[in-house]
Amino acid sequence: MITVESLHKSFGEEHILKGISTVFDKGKTNLIIGQSGSGKTVFLKCLLGLFSPEKGRIIFEDKAIQDMSDDEKRDLREDMGMVFQGSALFDSMNIEENVMFPLRMFSKKKKDEMLERVNEVLKRVNLENVNSKFPSEISGGMQKRVAIARAIVNSPKYLFCDEPNSGLDPRTAILIDNLIQEITAEYNITTVINTHDMNSVMEIGQKIVFLQKGNLAWQGNNQEIFKTDNKDVTDFVYSSDLFKKIREIQIQED
Amino acid sequence: MKYLTDIGSYFIMLRQVFSRPTKGSVLRELILKEIDELVINSLGIVAFISFFVGGVVAIQTALNIDNPLIPAYLIGFATRQSIILEFAPTFISIIMAGKMGSFITSSIGSMRVTEQIDALEVMGINPLNYLVFPKIIALLFYPFVIGIAMFLGILGGWVAGVYGGFSSSEAFITGLQETFIPFHVVYAFIKTLVFAFILATVPSWQGYYMKGGALEVGKASTNSFVWTSVLIILTNYIITTLLLS
Repeated sequence: MITVESLHKSFGEEHILKGISTVFDKGKTNLIIGQSGSGKTVFLKCLLGLFSPEKGRIIFEDKAIQDMSDDEKRDLREDMGMVFQGSALFDSMNIEENVMFPLRMFSKKKKDEMLERVNEVLKRVNLENVNSKFPSEISGGMQKRVAIARAIVNSPKYLFCDEPNSGLDPRTAILIDNLIQEITAEYNITTVINTHDMNSVMEIGQKIVFLQKGNLAWQGNNQEIFKTDNKDVTDFVYSSDLFKKIREIQIQED
Repeated sequence: MKYLTDIGSYFIMLRQVFSRPTKGSVLRELILKEIDELVINSLGIVAFISFFVGGVVAIQTALNIDNPLIPAYLIGFATRQSIILEFAPTFISIIMAGKMGSFITSSIGSMRVTEQIDALEVMGINPLNYLVFPKIIALLFYPFVIGIAMFLGILGGWVAGVYGGFSSSEAFITGLQETFIPFHVVYAFIKTLVFAFILATVPSWQGYYMKGGALEVGKASTNSFVWTSVLIILTNYIITTLLLS
């Protein structure tokens, strides 16, 4: 579980995050949504420790990152997995080396044990016989799956995903969303996903945090988001014709 | 003001390069990889340039000796002095600022653009130690490259001088041995080590702190060459003043 209390972050004169407070639950897929420029990426980077907030606290289980020693922060990092928007696979390494990388850096396992674990997670993300290929030799969807495999290979407690299905076709995007949700439940990890994809919201939005101009404008789940009267949320959700039609059908049914 | 900020960020980077070391077994592999990419892969171009520039130095010296009172061994002497004191350590380093420096800046810059450096950071790895420290260690072997450049430069001078009909082999070799000061070689290797440090760190700094996309990677590579060359020339002047004046 991750608890965020009154988080503020600015860049120069620009106040990006304006006192965000929320809780990301364990074993659930927690989504941060909002329009471009709403502060989603900055929020995620604060959670990851890539940006230091000016004010507020980020509490992992029961200890705030601000109160942790450097060693504790390092240990915490080892408990984090991250899936980047562009996958961020190391292009000088093949798939096996990419997935094995966190193990080589932090575990004391022998090479054959590491290899066994790599094959296990690659199988879990439905990728087999790609070990010797390089990231440039596989499709975008496969790269995302490799990124997920690399993120979970060290059995993290926290999984962060930055727009995991951007640039993917709708079918592959749903597969990736479902895979993340299954892994979250299976490993009982706290997953935080940054997205503006409404399909993801519908599919895996077990907890949704809606940001608007750096403020937390609304939070709930994928059932509640279609029933809320919050204008910012409805403007965002029903900005596409498809969802407008769904809304009209819902109103007619009611 | 911007220059002061840049200089400050370079020294902050250096401090981080030597903190939070990467796991030993991984570091060993990275160092070997960097030795291969930076040192071994530079040998071909260094050998080619050194041999032919050595030849040109010998020919130019011979063509500029009109006075019969000047001994013929001066060709070998001038070739040796030019190659050992300046050409091999300084000019090869400036050429390496283009070859090695652009490679380092563009590879680290591309990692920055594609979030690979963020990925290292999120994993709890010190990206600067992981990326830059192995390069610094690998370039401790850079004087080996310069040693080869010295040997091939002088060999090129001998081949051009003797087979071009500008000097006899005996006169050239006498010139090579004439008033030889061993400290000149020590001086050349001292500055080579300083240049090696500049070659490893300045392009890394340009790549690491770059912002933007593919176009900016190209701009960073150009900046890296400019900064590295300027620093090599400035430190060359300072070291020469300190050690030879």
